Parts: sequence; structure tokens; C-alpha cells
Amino acid sequence: MNKQQNPKLFDKDVETAPTRQGYGEGLVEAGEADGRVVVLCADLTESTKSDLFKKKFPDRFVEVGVAEQCLATVAAGMANYGKIPFISSYAAFSPGRNWEQIRTTIALNDLPVKIAGAHGGLTVGPDGATHQALEDLATMRVMPNMTVVYPCDAIEARKATVAAAKTDHPVYLRLAREKTPVITTNAAPFEIGKAEILANHGNDVAIIACGPLVYQSLVAAKELAEIGIKAVVVNCHTLKPLDKPTLLKVARDCGAVVTVEEHQVHGGLGGAIAELLSQNLPTPIEFVGMPDSFGESGQPEELLAKYKMDAPAIVAAAKRTMERKTN
Amino acid sequence: MSLTDDQIIKLELKANEIRQDIVKMLLEAGSGHSAGPLGMADVFTAFYFHILNHKPEDPSWSDRDRLILSNGHICPVRYATMAHAGYFPIEELLTLRKLGSRLQGHPERLRLPGVETTSGPLGSGLAQASGYAYAARMDGKKFRVYAFCSDGEHDAGNHWEAAMFAGKYKLANLTALVDRNNIQIDGFTEDVMPIEPLVEKYKAFRWNVLEIDGHNIRQIVDAVDEAKAVHDRPTVIIAHTIPGKGVDFMENLPEWHGKPPNIGETIEALAELRTLAGKIQSEHE
Repeated sequence: MNKQQNPKLFDKDVETAPTRQGYGEGLVEAGEADGRVVVLCADLTESTKSDLFKKKFPDRFVEVGVAEQCLATVAAGMANYGKIPFISSYAAFSPGRNWEQIRTTIALNDLPVKIAGAHGGLTVGPDGATHQALEDLATMRVMPNMTVVYPCDAIEARKATVAAAKTDHPVYLRLAREKTPVITTNAAPFEIGKAEILANHGNDVAIIACGPLVYQSLVAAKELAEIGIKAVVVNCHTLKPLDKPTLLKVARDCGAVVTVEEHQVHGGLGGAIAELLSQNLPTPIEFVGMPDSFGESGQPEELLAKYKMDAPAIVAAAKRTMERKTN
Repeated sequence: MSLTDDQIIKLELKANEIRQDIVKMLLEAGSGHSAGPLGMADVFTAFYFHILNHKPEDPSWSDRDRLILSNGHICPVRYATMAHAGYFPIEELLTLRKLGSRLQGHPERLRLPGVETTSGPLGSGLAQASGYAYAARMDGKKFRVYAFCSDGEHDAGNHWEAAMFAGKYKLANLTALVDRNNIQIDGFTEDVMPIEPLVEKYKAFRWNVLEIDGHNIRQIVDAVDEAKAVHDRPTVIIAHTIPGKGVDFMENLPEWHGKPPNIGETIEALAELRTLAGKIQSEHE
């Protein structure tokens, strides 16, 4: 293990934290660095961890109530004036409910509003399908001027939040509810738009993942190594803009790709990688993600198993894509 | 800063010139909205030629008053008024809606300096203006934020969310002006989706409410002055206007909401505007 990865990564007592926690800490850090940073929230201050910023900078925190369209448009006005607003809600509601407001008043205006979609993905768990955002990466990725970042752990979420505050453009940050293993360290590099290779067992198959399922991908790669299949695992935390050189290199080296995301298999990371490879380097791909379905209530690990997004599902997908290799 | 009769006559004549340019722009563009822009010509003239603290030669001047146009489809009146105020050459008005033009069919902030925000989809302008006003107040800025809204967009939830927000935060540096012309695309507002009683609704949302004749320059100016004197809440000015004002055959008819005049209608409209509705003999007749 290197200094850029948690040495206890595969231990039973690996540290865990939700990425929303990293977001809250990142807000405070960004707020300390730049007085223009403000945070707006739609009645979910504690569960989006915006409360950390609110406690530190009460005068720079704005409560808008359960009104996600207002959340986006008030933030657009504040950004138009010169502030750097972060808007916090659940991804199912923001950007779920306010897509057009984000498009017209934030993206077309090219204003530096940062949209934080907490509780993204299936692992919201018991709350059920209404609260499991599984389409947000697609709806944000198709928007011009928008950057889309989905951190793999709490440390990366903190860095992504700080980095987002420094860009002059809109950013979508997707966060998760559940505690998941801390993969990276404070020393690990992070740059928006730069994918990181987290494990490199060899060139049999490339597993390109985003969000907390990067951990499942690392577990899958380890299991694959034990049966003689050498995988490379890429943490593709930025879905837009894609790190084309890194992604094309691993696809070329391996000749077979698996994409992994807590999102519909259409339009998210899998879609982005398929668009990239089909134009530049046609390569067999298997998509691990939600198969055009809504979720349901259940424990996170039960749901990941049922909908085939856990390590065993990634192992199976790796074997399938390798069988389709052309050489 | 009460207006003299001379000043009022000058502003009325300027509004008439702006109406003539609106009609010409729409004919040249071959598409666009007629009724709203004509109906708001007096309000826009009063703002750009008397009320707003602004510098047309320096559209990004940081202390300027901000005018957020929520119902972007009436942008021909904003473009025409801005051109007359010196933001850009009047000849450019004829590029409206054409490829490469800064005068997009719905206004875009990044294309034309001075436009303040991009708008078209209805119901989002008041919230943007509220955010602008909130942020400016955080920094102790003294400029004022104006939001121009249509009556039809009061159907939208986003608008009322903003009304609640501005009321809660007592945004006294924000003044909304509602173009109460009673029409929207599908017909009369009270048939499509009744929005009355509008005065009582805004009062219930903790706003100061004023009602004026939106074609009376003195009332427009006085209402804005009165809004500036209120320090504990935002003010909404409900401006009663006649859609298509100044062109007899367009006035008050919903079918003129979303279409331009043809060449014959343009000649007729310009003749009416140039003769001040027949009050003077025109060489164009």
C-alpha cells in the first residue's frame, strides 16, 4: 500500500464515513478560504451536513425551505451578484425537481453555483425509490457548462468541495448518505477532471468506477487477482469533463472495460465511457448499474446485491467483458 | 424628484419612438411577441430614462441598479429601450432573432451586456432578483434590484416560492413590478388560471403593495419613489397595462401575445404611432 491509500482498506475495521460528511467539512474549508462562499439549503441542513458551515458562518447560510426551484434560482441571483453559492439538498429533489432552473439560470448563465445532491444512489436504502436518485448523473452530464463530480469517499468529497469553490463555473457534486470505507488519504492527489488509477494488478480488464462503489470495485479486483484475472481500477470521480487520456490508455491496455456506478446504466458513467470508446477505441464494455428500474426499500447491502452492483456482480461483469475481447 | 410636465411629455414621446421600433423589429424578425412589449413601453422608458441609476457606456458598473426581466419574451421592449438609452446602436435592433445576433429571441446575459440575466422560462426571475438583493444586502450595497414580471407567470410555483423568500427576509432593496395586462398565451389570465386577488395575496406574503396605471409616467415614478421609502419589506408595484398599447387593433387581444405584425399591419401600426393616434397629421398617411 502507498501513502495515497488507506492501509486498512481491506481490513474489517477500515474507517468509514459518508461522503456528505466530507462535503460539510469541505464547505467550512472553502468558506474559510473565500468570503464569497455562501451555502443555501432546502430544509435538509443537518442531513446534508450543511450544518457544519451554518455553525461556523451563520451570516452566510440561507434557509429557503422546501423549495428546490427557489433554491436554485435564488442561488443563481446570488452568484450573478458575485457570491459562490453551494446549494444543498437530496439529489432526488435537486437537481431532480429543479432541472430547468439549473439549466436556464445557472448553466446558460454560466454562473458559479455548486449543486450538491446528497443521498444519491440506491444506498439511501430504507427511504425507498422516491429518495433514491438514479438519474441525476445523466441529467447533469448533458448540460453544457456543467462539471459533474462524484467522489469515492469522504476525504475526496472534502477535496472536491474545496476544488469546486475555486472554479468560476457550475459544478454538480453527487454525495451519498451511507458510511462507506475511506479509500484515499489526505496525501492522495485530487484534481477535477483527472481520473486516478487506484489498483493496477495488470492488463486483463479495466474497471472504471465512480462514487463509493469504487470500494466494491477494489474488492472485486482483489478477488479477480486471486483467480488469476489482473484488473486495473480507475476512480473516475469526474464524469464531465472525462479524463480522456487516462481512460483511453487503460481501455487500450486492457481491451475490455467494466463501468460501475450507483445510477441507471443509461446516461451516467457507463454512457459517458461508451461515448468516449465508441468514437475513439471501440472496446467491449459491461455496465454495472441500475438496469432501467426504480429501487425499493431495503438495507444498502441488500439492495446492492439484489440489483447487482456489489463486488460479486463486478467480478461477473469482468469475466463477461473479457470473453468478448477481440484479440 | 417629482417630474415636470415637460419631462413627462419628453418621456411619453420617447416611449412612442420605442413602440415604433418594437413594431419594426418584430416585422423584420418575422416572429416574436407584440402585445407585452408595447404594453410595457411606458414602464421601460420611465426606468431607463429617469428611474434607474445606470451608465449605458459602462453596463457592468458595479453600483448600477439591477433590472431583472423575468418574462424574457417581452425583450423587444428592453432591447429597444436600451438602444435608445445608448447601450448599443439603434440599427442593431433589426438583428432581433437572427443568426449571430446579440438580440436573442429570449434575452441572454452572456450575449448582451446590460441584460443582467438570461430569461424565458417563466416564474424564475423574482427568485433571481431576490437572491441578488439578498447578496447585495449582505455586502451593504446601496443599489436597488428591480424584478419585472408578467401576470401570467404568477401561475408558476417558483414565483410564489420567491415571494415567500423575499417576504421572510424583508428584502426592502427589492422592488417587483407586475405587468398586469390580463392576457397570456392561452387567453385571459382569469380564464386560464385566476390569479386574483393579487393585492391581498402579496400582502399575505408580507409585501408592500402599490397599484398604478402602467401607462402613467408620473404614477410609475412616484410608486418607485414610495417603494424606496419602505425599509421593512419588499414592494410590488402592480402596473395595470393595456397589452398592445398604442396600436389600436392589437390592444387587449390575447391573440397578439405571441405573434408579430405583417407588413400591412406594420404600416397601419406605425401610422397610428406617428400621428399619436390621429392627433397630428402625418406625412406618412
